[in-house]
Amino acid sequence: MTSSISTTGVPRLGRGVKLRYDRSRERHVLLMPETVVVLNATGTAILQLCDGERTVADIVEALREQYGDVPEGQVHAYLAKLAERRHLEITDGD
Amino acid sequence: MEIDGPLGLLAELTYRCPLACAYCSNPVELEAYREELTTAEWQRVITEAAELGALQCHLSGGEPLLRRDLADLVRTAADQGLYTNLVTSALGFTPARAAELHDAGLDHVQVSLQADEPALSDRIAGSPSFARKIDAARRVRELGWPLTLNVVLHRQNIDRVPEILAAAEELEADRIELANTQYYGWAAVNRAALLPSREQLAEAEVVVREAKERLRGRMEIIYVIPDYYATYPKPCMGGWGARQLVVVPTGDALPCLAAHGLPLPAANVREHPLSWIWQDSPMFSAYRGTDWMQDPCRSCARREIDLGGCRCQAFALTGDATRTDPVCHLAPEHGIVEAAVAEANEESRPVELPLVARPHA
Ligand SMILES: C[S@@+](CC[C@H](N)C(=O)[O-])C[C@H]1O[C@@H](n2cnc3c(N)ncnc32)[C@H](O)[C@@H]1O
Ligand code: SF4
Ligand code: SF4
Repeated sequence: MTSSISTTGVPRLGRGVKLRYDRSRERHVLLMPETVVVLNATGTAILQLCDGERTVADIVEALREQYGDVPEGQVHAYLAKLAERRHLEITDGD
Repeated sequence: MEIDGPLGLLAELTYRCPLACAYCSNPVELEAYREELTTAEWQRVITEAAELGALQCHLSGGEPLLRRDLADLVRTAADQGLYTNLVTSALGFTPARAAELHDAGLDHVQVSLQADEPALSDRIAGSPSFARKIDAARRVRELGWPLTLNVVLHRQNIDRVPEILAAAEELEADRIELANTQYYGWAAVNRAALLPSREQLAEAEVVVREAKERLRGRMEIIYVIPDYYATYPKPCMGGWGARQLVVVPTGDALPCLAAHGLPLPAANVREHPLSWIWQDSPMFSAYRGTDWMQDPCRSCARREIDLGGCRCQAFALTGDATRTDPVCHLAPEHGIVEAAVAEANEESRPVELPLVARPHA
């Protein structure tokens, strides 16, 4: 599937989804009723920026400030995948 | 060997229930579970589970709303950072109760529905309840919670999957779990009246596939396949003592909610710390990994994939929990499952058959 994601969309955690640091696994995790997603460093960095205020473009920009060159396409694809699973909601920013 | 902690605690707070579903997975000997853990005991269990590494706390039963201390238990779990999930029939989910649970920090609510309309729903539930369930489901959304609907599928409601999905859309559910009945507890008693035919399943699966596509990104549909019709069993609970920790109303800890009555020494939270129960008790170590297996599982290429299926189902059907789950077509006792399936597919067999209601307590 192609990720048709708008750069002006504003991502935030989906309803009922929580992002938390798990001490025993020493990783951030996304919590939902039947699922636990253990995040890697990249996933954590992206999700921490999904605050319901930043646009997709802002997020890519912020990641670039932190990590240098960040492939935009991969960030878009990651956000689209999470949105399809409803771990994220992306509201229209325009 | 280092044993990973559990991911989730399933707290079966009580087996009392205002409904009487014939498919209920609760144990048949309901009278044996009246000496329920106290509030302080449950709070200790929740805290110890979080210390062991659990991230989720499912509050279920029976009907968890019958516990007057439910909001206190939610608060304890939330304070421990656990994701709290209420699994409810929604009877007793009054506006006051809902507000109290919301304040306590409850994260998610799953409401069970028996069908999409009152007559059938109330017949399956053994009690008039449909209208109150729909009200409660709306209340879940009004208070800003995500709404998951749980519908257990069987012979007597599976033909209504299209209407059930339409009702879920109308309620703006975020998720619906369509779970084919697992034959534990009262469902095992009622198996002959609940097992669907192959034709019924095939039709439902077409509808589910189409709806998943159509509702993608709007409503998540989880379809749990009926293992009696599968070639291989499911890796039950993701492995024995691997992910989930169940505590029943009287404090026995179990690796699976159907493990009542297995011939293993009870591991009760009133007598042992949860860490010992999880890591060392015979109850949790007996079928961890694959060492306990007999053939055909022992020498099978799939043994790490499905872990030989469900230990509780093997015990219930063969009397020996270390046998291959009879659902597997390679199992020596697969004939038991085949016979039940053959009966369900007899040509003149009616859809509607008498159901034995489970008692309220
Ligand atoms: C045992 S109930 C307890 C909570 C509450 N009384 C309710 O019905 O939602 C927990 C969940 O398991 C589901 N369930 C009950 N019996 C089942 C069975 N035999 N197979 C599969 N799911 C079942 C219910 O629909 C519900 O979602
Ligand atoms: S009788 Fe129905 S509502 Fe009550 S615990 Fe069993 S499945 Fe849930
Ligand atoms: S024989 Fe055992 S391990 Fe092999 S597929 Fe069947 S249940 Fe799974």
